[in-house]
Amino acid sequence: MATTADTFQAHHDDAHHDADHKPGFFARWFMSTNHKDIGTLYLIFAIMAGVIGGAVSGIMRMELQEPGIQYLGWWVEFLGGGASDFDKAGHMWNVLITAHGLIMVFFMVMPAMIGGFGNWFVPLMIGAPDMAFPRMNNVSFWLTVAGFLSLMFSAFVPGGTGNGAGTGWTVYAPLSTSGSVGPAVDFAIFSLHLAGAGSILGATNFITTILNMRAPGMTLHKMPLFVWSLLVTAFLLLLALPVLAAAITMLLTDRNFGTTFFDPAGGGDPVLYQHLFWFFGHPEVYIMILPGFGIVSQIVATFSRKPVFGYLGMAYAMVAIGVIGFVVWAHHMYTVGLDVNTKMYFTAATMVIAVPTGVKIFSWIATMWGGSLEFKSPLVWALGFIFLFTVGGVTGVVLANGGIDDNLHDTYYVVAHFHYVLSMGAVFAIFAGFYYWFPKMSGRWHSELLSHVHFWLFFIGVNVVFFPMHFLGMNGMSRRIPDYTPAFTYWNEIASNGYWIIVASMVVFFANIGWALVAGKRAAGNYWGAGATTLEWSLTSPPPFHQFETLPVIEDHHSHHDHIGGRPEKQGARPAAH
Amino acid sequence: MTSTTLATRNLRTGFIALLAAAGMLGLGFAAVPLYRLFCQVTGFGGTTQRATVEEADLAAELARSAGARTMSIRFDASLARDMPWSFAPRQVTDRVAIGERDIAIYEARNNSDVPVTGTATFNVEPEQAGVYFHKIQCFCFTEQTLQPGQSVTMPVQYFVDPKALDDPRMEGVEQITLSYTFHRRIEPAS
Repeated sequence: MATTADTFQAHHDDAHHDADHKPGFFARWFMSTNHKDIGTLYLIFAIMAGVIGGAVSGIMRMELQEPGIQYLGWWVEFLGGGASDFDKAGHMWNVLITAHGLIMVFFMVMPAMIGGFGNWFVPLMIGAPDMAFPRMNNVSFWLTVAGFLSLMFSAFVPGGTGNGAGTGWTVYAPLSTSGSVGPAVDFAIFSLHLAGAGSILGATNFITTILNMRAPGMTLHKMPLFVWSLLVTAFLLLLALPVLAAAITMLLTDRNFGTTFFDPAGGGDPVLYQHLFWFFGHPEVYIMILPGFGIVSQIVATFSRKPVFGYLGMAYAMVAIGVIGFVVWAHHMYTVGLDVNTKMYFTAATMVIAVPTGVKIFSWIATMWGGSLEFKSPLVWALGFIFLFTVGGVTGVVLANGGIDDNLHDTYYVVAHFHYVLSMGAVFAIFAGFYYWFPKMSGRWHSELLSHVHFWLFFIGVNVVFFPMHFLGMNGMSRRIPDYTPAFTYWNEIASNGYWIIVASMVVFFANIGWALVAGKRAAGNYWGAGATTLEWSLTSPPPFHQFETLPVIEDHHSHHDHIGGRPEKQGARPAAH
Repeated sequence: MTSTTLATRNLRTGFIALLAAAGMLGLGFAAVPLYRLFCQVTGFGGTTQRATVEEADLAAELARSAGARTMSIRFDASLARDMPWSFAPRQVTDRVAIGERDIAIYEARNNSDVPVTGTATFNVEPEQAGVYFHKIQCFCFTEQTLQPGQSVTMPVQYFVDPKALDDPRMEGVEQITLSYTFHRRIEPAS
């Protein structure tokens, strides 16, 4: 029968009585080299950054609740920007949208998906004792924290019209160069350097770990899809982030050392910055969503009690998305004056991405088809992901058209689109993964009831906030502007009300964590039962401080889906549905 | 099993990965000259071409033998925000035979009381004409310095390549606009 939970525990009798010995508090959490502790740190960091980024969006939604400028001046003065005027209030808005974008991308989604779940479960799923470079793993984390602090600090120093970096998350020149004098933008750029360096080191670590440290018998084609997703993500990070680093370094020298990379007065070209930024920026959106694809694949298979449909297709769809993701960047800049042939190419190439993405959506549905579904909280969140991500994907195909984009560029339609794929796609995947693995990580059960309440409140909230933005955008409401014509009031008011539904859902979320940590029931090793068949389920919950000192072996009878089951009585008689 | 230990293999893989990242960093910077080269070679975004007198003679001969039509050229001039000059073309439009050399005159005056050095950026519309618009001589090839109050006339010698007649993308193009923007030279940070 199934391998017993303690087979892979690191209990060695003789010399190593201290195999599960944990270092003291400071050494454990501040000098950590343990992948699970670092994963926990990343998750805590992501939650804190997410609260700040979410609070920023609260200020934005309050300001947008009615036309005119109501709250920005108060915030200018509250944050120490001196007496406010119209220009400073407008700059405050730019600072808020910049902070919201950068925090959510670099300090919430990426740390949660890659640093948090990636660190926790890649080694566990491939049967490795830890990451390949544990010390470097720690460096990655603290670089990310330092980057976040640098970004926070930038809000309190001059950035041109007022305090803070008001450039948008894209940091386009010339607004970010001659348009923003003062150290704020330098600090924001430095923040990206630090977070980027951390992520590149992290990506190196993941690639090395996945390529070299898989358990004996676990071929690439037997790896869980979550590990596949992290492998592809790591390659995207490795190839895309250095280009951003180059671009923002040129911004820095343009700002401070008199170079003219992006200044036409010296022979430069601001459009080149946009090309470089989006050569990074487009793979970046797949960096944010691919780990979510991996998480959802694990969850759908687990709660359908079936192997995922079309495993190889699923794995190589992610590879294809990663590859094509590098050759579609200019669809973010259709309005810079690309000629019609260039637009035609980028439109076609962008639409091609819908094919592997469609393969994935189809395969998730096909996995559930005929499965014995159990609507536990992770599956509910994963279903929310599949539905809402598809909605965002459809508007993405609309926006992929160069001709239509001329009309919708920089409107709220675009804002609605990318929040459907990120604020709903990526975030739903994160919550799905959180509820899937929280008892594994903490050893304690969350409340399934509260998880479902959290889901429904959040699901309603995000749709109330973001669905009206489609209407606003198609009617021509511009993004990045705090004021609007009174004609747009109706849907803006509804969207702003939705924000408070999301806040309520987050209160439920924190109550749920708090309840679990204080009074949660102890979780068993494999608490999801027969559908959970990857290696992390062969360990206790929480796993021992050091695991797999005896490497698990993936036998011939183990498939890509099942890494822990015993040898079946006779071939083909897999105990699928009970 | 190979004789190498896991630690050695990890270091090797990690090193290769970091090397790839360093390579992409280099490519990011290499994009600057590559982008310029790309624009020059393809005329992307309406980047005009440079030609020698010999090439111009050859083009003129080709055009004569092909019995080429004429093309209207519109001249446009603008100034960067901090540029204290006035700058305008003497003629707003001109009509030239395709392949034939022509000279257009721009006039500039320094309205400030300090010497000002400027460089001109340029392109043509429609963009697909960039690769066929050749300049033999242009004030935009070098920096121009004007003393306080000084006025100058600045010539540009150009021709439209007869190859444009064979390009389907140039069908229906009756007029090419040549545009210049003068920027004040950025003084090196002191």
